[in-house]
Amino acid sequence: MCLGVPGLIEDIIGNSPLERTGKVRFGGIAREINLSLVPDAQVGDYVIVHVGIAISQIKEAEAEQVFHYLEALEVPENRRDDEVPR
Amino acid sequence: MKYLDEYRQSDGIQKIAAEIHRITTSPWTLMEVCGGQTHAIVRNRLDQLLPKELELVHGPGCPVCVTPLEMLDRAIAVARLPEVIFCSFGDMLRVPGSEHDLLTVKAAGGDIRIVYSPLQAVQIAEQNPTKEIVFFAVGFETTAAANAMAASLAKTKALGNFSMLVSQFLVTPAIESICSAPDSRVQGFLAAGHVCSITGYERYLPLAEKYRIPIVITGFEPLDILEGILMCVDQLEQGACQVQNQYRRAVERVGNRQAQDLIQSVFRISTQHWRGVGSIPQSGLSFNDEFASLDATVKFDINNIKTTERHDCMSGDIMLGHKKPKDCPHFGKECRPEQPLGAPMVSSEGACSAYYRYSQQERSNEHPVPATLKN
Ligand code: SF4
Repeated sequence: MCLGVPGLIEDIIGNSPLERTGKVRFGGIAREINLSLVPDAQVGDYVIVHVGIAISQIKEAEAEQVFHYLEALEVPENRRDDEVPR
Repeated sequence: MKYLDEYRQSDGIQKIAAEIHRITTSPWTLMEVCGGQTHAIVRNRLDQLLPKELELVHGPGCPVCVTPLEMLDRAIAVARLPEVIFCSFGDMLRVPGSEHDLLTVKAAGGDIRIVYSPLQAVQIAEQNPTKEIVFFAVGFETTAAANAMAASLAKTKALGNFSMLVSQFLVTPAIESICSAPDSRVQGFLAAGHVCSITGYERYLPLAEKYRIPIVITGFEPLDILEGILMCVDQLEQGACQVQNQYRRAVERVGNRQAQDLIQSVFRISTQHWRGVGSIPQSGLSFNDEFASLDATVKFDINNIKTTERHDCMSGDIMLGHKKPKDCPHFGKECRPEQPLGAPMVSSEGACSAYYRYSQQERSNEHPVPATLKN
């Protein structure tokens, strides 16, 4: 129940208070999801959905951060340990 | 799928695991608070990628497991009423009450419907005006936002036939109670990312300082969990005790203000009993006066159901990080998913079910990690 999964907003269907609704795609499945708690999220944005409600919009720049970090971990074999960025 | 697959890529997992090995010089015990993280750890066998000095223990973050027995007995009592359509998340149905579970009531003809969102229960109330619709509102802060929305919608739509059986938990007071326990073995926390999407993490700052303990807000994918472990171990090795945010893509320091306002408009903070753990002050949410008419315990007069807990399930020890599921003498014997003695064997977030489902599976060919990293 607590595992939120990210989905892509494909369409915004309703816009009334408490019932801002969108069509959100999770891989092969699209579902109607309440978007009231992510008022800035638009078509093309990714949101984390939990029990039918989007609770958070994914920040793309932050999502890429970990991969930059992983690239930085790819250091030459003769690296010194204290040179590894953490 | 974007933001899912890329956080499951094995080469990234290997690199972070190698980095954890590189920096770990002492034995450390970390607690992953959320049951969803426990499942991700066991399913992906992440624990086997860690240095043997590092131990992961499981926290109280499974709402199905901590829902008190008396709430289950109340749920069973209401679900039996002929005028009621009882709506619940699926994994509550097999949790043992004092005598039965909700599935038994359903098999005997009770109108119990599995929903995946509280908003579905509101829809069912709109579609069935001659019936009483009761939603079993269990969960942490993440679910509290959805429950508050369902309550607000029902009130806005003036649905007199909708009510909720509320069993809601707040995670921070539970973490505090673990920190303050004299016998706690936990030296660092991986805090639950989705709870923090709602609450933010400012409330963890005084905790980290007071108990001199690192707290890392962590996501749910393998890469998230390993990065969270790396950040936590890095702090421990350096003697630091800060709050760090690994789950930056979904969590902001202040959290989701809309959700916080909505929760505050419907609920007030109250003392909450955690099954297996005991009562923790200010660790629950109940309806405030304005929404009191939605309280199913009052509407159906089931507040006084008293129950006695059986003591053969040691879920409390497991959820406080004292024991592991395999330490339980009933694990895999009298207690199995198809015949559970306790909630942690039933829930999709329960530690016992995670160990039962995944740890016995031999999937060595699929393991994402090179043999050199395994202990
Ligand atoms: S194995 Fe069963 S009886 Fe033992 S702690 Fe887990 S749920 Fe309880």
